[in-house]
Amino acid sequence: MSETFEPVIIGFTCNWCSYRAADLAGTARVKYAPNVRLIRMMCSGRLDPTFVMKALSGGADGVLITGCHPGECHYIEQNYKALRRFILLKRTLTQMGIEPGRIKLVWASAAEGVKLAEEISKMVEEVRALGPLNWNGHDQTFEVFETSKVSELEAA
Amino acid sequence: MSDELNLENAEERIGVYICHCGTNIAGTVDVAEVREWAEKRLKSRGVVLARDYKFMCSSLGQELIEKDITENRLTRVVVAACSPHLHENTFRTACKRAGLNPYLCELVSIREQVSWVHTDKHAATDKAKAVLSGGVERVRHHQPLEPLRVPIHPATLVVGGGIAGIQTALEIADAGRRVYLVEREPSIGGHMSQFDKTFPTLDCSACILTPKMVSAGMHPNITLMTWSEVTKVDGYVGNFAVTIKQKARCVKTDLCTGCGICQEKCPKKVIDEVYEAGLGYRKAVYTPFPQAVPKFPVIDKPNCTYFQKGTCKACEKFCPTNAIDFNQQDELITVEVGNIVLATGYDLFDARRIPHYGYGRLANVFTSLEFERLTNAAGPTNGNIVLRDGKTTPKVVGIVHCVGSRDRNYNNYCSAICCMQSLKFAHLVKERTGATVYNFYIDMRTAAKAYDEFYQRVLEEGTLFVRGRVAEVTDAARLPGEEGKLIIQVEDTLAGKQRRIPVDMVVLSAGLQSRHDSKEVAKLFGISCSADAWFIEKHPKLDPVSTMTDGVFIAGCCTGPKDIPNSVSQGAAAAARVLTYIDRGEITLEPVRASINEMKCSGCRICNNLCPFNAILFHADRMVSEVNAALCQGCGTCVAACPAGAISGTGFSNEQIMSQIEGLLLLNLNGAREKELAYA
Repeated sequence: MSETFEPVIIGFTCNWCSYRAADLAGTARVKYAPNVRLIRMMCSGRLDPTFVMKALSGGADGVLITGCHPGECHYIEQNYKALRRFILLKRTLTQMGIEPGRIKLVWASAAEGVKLAEEISKMVEEVRALGPLNWNGHDQTFEVFETSKVSELEAA
Repeated sequence: MSDELNLENAEERIGVYICHCGTNIAGTVDVAEVREWAEKRLKSRGVVLARDYKFMCSSLGQELIEKDITENRLTRVVVAACSPHLHENTFRTACKRAGLNPYLCELVSIREQVSWVHTDKHAATDKAKAVLSGGVERVRHHQPLEPLRVPIHPATLVVGGGIAGIQTALEIADAGRRVYLVEREPSIGGHMSQFDKTFPTLDCSACILTPKMVSAGMHPNITLMTWSEVTKVDGYVGNFAVTIKQKARCVKTDLCTGCGICQEKCPKKVIDEVYEAGLGYRKAVYTPFPQAVPKFPVIDKPNCTYFQKGTCKACEKFCPTNAIDFNQQDELITVEVGNIVLATGYDLFDARRIPHYGYGRLANVFTSLEFERLTNAAGPTNGNIVLRDGKTTPKVVGIVHCVGSRDRNYNNYCSAICCMQSLKFAHLVKERTGATVYNFYIDMRTAAKAYDEFYQRVLEEGTLFVRGRVAEVTDAARLPGEEGKLIIQVEDTLAGKQRRIPVDMVVLSAGLQSRHDSKEVAKLFGISCSADAWFIEKHPKLDPVSTMTDGVFIAGCCTGPKDIPNSVSQGAAAAARVLTYIDRGEITLEPVRASINEMKCSGCRICNNLCPFNAILFHADRMVSEVNAALCQGCGTCVAACPAGAISGTGFSNEQIMSQIEGLLLLNLNGAREKELAYA
């Protein structure tokens, strides 16, 4: 068994674009890192921030959120709502001491199988560099960050 | 998770089925290991049996599931196979046949998302286990559902009046159903109306197209709306409300007889960039060509002297039936239709983008569409193939294939029709001028009925073929005999040497590309575009005229480059699909909808503004919101936003997704971190 750390990433996909992109990557036999496990939703707007919390607290080392490109949402504009939530969520997680690099938002249309595969492989390497999250095994007392530290992390 | 729920779930009997898909899955994933693991490890999660089978989607595979549901009293089914977009319906139907509610079946993808994209067998097998476990956890929270039934409005909207759109409209109208055929230009006919001959039979394009145009124009079931554009699409399959902008023709169609006197008398000449490809003129009041359907002209306001300067009115003065009406305004018309077929066609690749081919700079470099007009007997030169000066017949003609196609600087794809079109040009030049003809090609692609025979014929006629991509077209003479000529610089890859070939005329077989506004059109109708902006089919092989949006179909070149026979076939195929829907009278939709638990709703109204379909109503008297299931499209944004957790979304509930996350995290990649489920 290899000694290197293999991160686990939960990916949320939209039924109309990024899930189809994942299908396309499969049909075209594009290879990417096996560390990601995808969940299908009807729209990135369905993403409840608690899903991300749940994944990170349940053993995932990172969360990938994907949706249609801005302006191309199957439901007109719901990906913008996902974008808003993502920005707030990232800030909240940073305040909780989680590196911002552990969550990522990627736009991928149904035609962008190659792009999705590349983004997945890239994120796996980024999270691998960050190391295991292991939220549950974390010291029960939450570290409270100084405001300066938060902005430092956000800038990173 | 409460103990109570655990007890209830203990009664679930879940069957797990893992597909080999021949070697597609089994070649990378150790299917037997996944099955054994599921039998053992997921037993406590309600899995009572796990099986693997070579092809789960085969009738034998489906029978296996049906038998287990009956004999082993399964209450839920998880199939690990291909993408749900391919076979979700297959397995749901199998469950239904055995008396199990189809929505108690979950299909997880271990082909597109595991075996086809990973190479490490060990990692792929582990991932397949995780994905399967996610499906098992999810299926425990599935609810039995009934599909929604919606009636289908019997009328159809066809957008685009080229050959594909005309064919669709005629097929549907002949079946006795109402069709609205919308065309942006003043006449239907599309690109085909600009051609003179069609390959490989060389029959006259107008002779075969005009009768179809006339039947479309006269058909009692077709409402022809030319000089019109769709501006808004509301509703969903079966019940679309489409707003069409009828641009002001400034001609009263009930009075106009199409006599053409207005066009004769109009003093303003305009270069016709659309129909004549910039080679000929039309008037400011015009029908694009004599056989136009409908026969009524339009006034081109930006070029009309009256509209620009306030005086003239020649057309009004001379019109024998007083049909000219300068005060006509654009009109918005709303029609109700059940289905929509898009047949919006293509744009020609702009040859100016390749500066070293000289189009737009060197006079005697023509595009393929310009050449079509030159050869057309009704065209600006009455069918005489002449140089830009309008009189000299060329003695040597060079035809360049693959202009803007199969070129990573422009479009990677093959435009499919250019080889045959270039052969047709070579034949026409030979036949009409006797000139020497060179064809510069990369590969000859003549794969369709009677196409290669046509190639042989053109070869025998003495056309010269040079295999190689043209490097440059120039007028800078270097060698004797090149003065006053266009020189084609090319590497002859069969002879293995550079050649300079002086010619009088160059024809660039420009590729086809998606319409400049195809992305906006796709957005308007809620469908997707590929990276090259062609419309995407539901399935490229098995469902080439459907889109991911129910009730919106696509046909012809808007899905990718195509010749006329293929466009016609697709038009007819789309019509058949539409007629199936209409004849059935109703369609079943996925019951993925949001609903609000009034007992939990606090009336905060956060959800109200999130819905782009205005499906959420607020009852001020009771201080609660309610979802209108007919308008809800099931995106789930409101579900995620409700601070009280009062909104639930069928098919994608919080419980389903939360459990799927837990299942997916049951084991990690190296297996060492495999953990017990929090509530196991």
